[in-house]
Amino acid sequence: MMNGTETETEDGTKRSRSLLRFAAPQVFYPIAGRLAPWFAWLAAGLCVAGLWIGFFVAPTDFQQGEVYRVIFIHVPAAWMSMFIYLIMAFWAAVGLVMNTRLSFMMAQALAPTGAMFCFVSLWTGALWGRPTWGTYWVWDARLTSQLLLLFLYLGFIALTQAIEDSRRSDRAGAIIALVGAVNVPIIYFSVQWWNTLHQGASVSLTRAPSMASTMLVGMLLMALAAWAYTFAVSFWRVRSLILERERHTEWVAAELDEQEARA
Amino acid sequence: MLGPFLAVLQRDLTLAWRGRADVLVTLAFFVIVVCLFPFGVGAETNQLRAIAPGVLWVAALLSTLLSLHRLFAQDHADGTLEQLLLSPEPTALWVLAKVLAHWIVTGLPLVIAAPGLALLFDVEQGALGVLVLSLALGSPILALLGAVGAALTLGLRSGGVLLALLVLPLFVPVLIFGAGAVDSHLGGTGATAHLLLLGGGLLGAIAMTPFACAAALRIAME
Amino acid sequence: MLEAQELACLKGDRLLFRGLSMSLDVSGMLRVAGPNGVGKTSLLRILCGLTMPEYGMVRWHGEDIRRDRERYHRALLYLGHAPALNDLLTPLENLRFACASGGEDPGAEACRAALVRIGLGGQLDLPARVLSQGQRRRVGLARLFLSAARPCWILDEPFTALDVAAVADLTATLEAHCEAGGTVILTTHQDAPFTRAPRVLDLSGVAC
Repeated sequence: MMNGTETETEDGTKRSRSLLRFAAPQVFYPIAGRLAPWFAWLAAGLCVAGLWIGFFVAPTDFQQGEVYRVIFIHVPAAWMSMFIYLIMAFWAAVGLVMNTRLSFMMAQALAPTGAMFCFVSLWTGALWGRPTWGTYWVWDARLTSQLLLLFLYLGFIALTQAIEDSRRSDRAGAIIALVGAVNVPIIYFSVQWWNTLHQGASVSLTRAPSMASTMLVGMLLMALAAWAYTFAVSFWRVRSLILERERHTEWVAAELDEQEARA
Repeated sequence: MLGPFLAVLQRDLTLAWRGRADVLVTLAFFVIVVCLFPFGVGAETNQLRAIAPGVLWVAALLSTLLSLHRLFAQDHADGTLEQLLLSPEPTALWVLAKVLAHWIVTGLPLVIAAPGLALLFDVEQGALGVLVLSLALGSPILALLGAVGAALTLGLRSGGVLLALLVLPLFVPVLIFGAGAVDSHLGGTGATAHLLLLGGGLLGAIAMTPFACAAALRIAME
Repeated sequence: MLEAQELACLKGDRLLFRGLSMSLDVSGMLRVAGPNGVGKTSLLRILCGLTMPEYGMVRWHGEDIRRDRERYHRALLYLGHAPALNDLLTPLENLRFACASGGEDPGAEACRAALVRIGLGGQLDLPARVLSQGQRRRVGLARLFLSAARPCWILDEPFTALDVAAVADLTATLEAHCEAGGTVILTTHQDAPFTRAPRVLDLSGVAC
């Protein structure tokens, strides 16, 4: 015998349970909105302080002169670009394991910032390299790895943008982020290996003369500014992602009405 | 358990045989790309000899890329992929069979053709063995990594270009060790380390990429 | 037996249906009905385990099909919109591959017999690209004769492009499967000559 039943659950308890998974972005949206301006102001303050120390307080380098001051932007940007990829891969893994949509959105919100920092570090590196080594670009292990990291970012962004269905784009992006994260150490190792074979020790980037403590402070402030900036812009970006993804829900409609009324 | 593996392998090889013109295109592309380089960099023998390993490897890499989008496209279009995903056998297993068949059809001819092309660049004959070995170990890694990219970009409008953007950065280590093997053999330092690393990479790729590819295919078919 | 609990299905960013629960005893036929675009195919794909529901769970004999995929897919036969036919292979090769990829090996003779039975005796060795739509459809349906041991059949529009005689034959096959203790879930817009009208699940009731 067969027994087919279908029920539409309209009573409150079942409904709230079934909406639990949709709820997380809704809860995070106002929190992100409240935190983002604070991080933005923090980033601006730290950046001003860091740049002031970097450009006016830190002593002139006896070998490189004033040019070296670009490291106050270059080094924090390079650090941040690598951190962000790891954080992105982390959120991707959380999303795949726990099946939470907000983590995928976080990964996607972080990617453009990571790519931006990656590009900034390459650009400032080239500007620094011209007066220091006499060329904009050398095929140094670090530069090359950084370039490949930029390609990994661009691949992630392009893939998530190319897939229209948001669930597929979330998951496909997460897989490429994880594959990339597994490959980053392999790429770094292989590039270093290749570099030592082909170039010898022609240019050494690691040769850091004892750094003055003011330089260290400046760099630290700039690194913190980069962190705060990342928080601020990724919160803002994740808010737009949430609105876009949830535009058919009632709470987004209510939220948009409210924003219009305020404007 | 081996049933679907062998069935997929046999079917894909049969299909490749019936559509063999497609297969020859990949090989022809490889040969033409390699032959373009002397026109670009000049026919000076010493220079050609120096760039030969890199040229052959980059050409092999581009030929692999060219054929990758075909790996799942037909099965995706006609519904076979759907049926394969409903197979009770492990997905990674038949994915591996598909990649193996694809490599036999598109990768193996490159490995076989490479020594002949190397002679056009006046590569020392003692290095040909290393070249073949490096390609034989390296090109399956390219196919395995590429399969993940092919699965992720399945059915997308900009699939081909996107696939290149996704997988080319991942191909870099293989290129470094593959071309490096021939270079260091010619340089007298011996290619053992490079070949061992390639072999290790191949084992790692066989162990991991079929699972990533299987996950990507499930996502793509949703 | 197959159970679905509070399924919700999102297509693109549109919620197709929500709160769909049903349970099917071991033997019986269920027809999923509703207008175009209501999510019939999506529901079948969710029931197969091809698509993950936005919310809810499908159970086979009490076990989540995601957790025990292998056992469920050993018991399942799904024939979708696309006939899973490669144009370069003959119907016989296609059918044998379909069985082998599902982990069965009925042998060439049984496959040949199934194709003859469904009316493709004259096309056994032609490449599939020369077949008509109805004939292509039949190659897929031939699997029904070979997979009788699989209790759960999920069929998406199985009657499309078939002639009257083939529809009658298919109907009889489906009913025989149910009588032998199997489950059939299908969608169709056509009227098939069922001797006993199948139970209907109308999706317009749960559509959003």
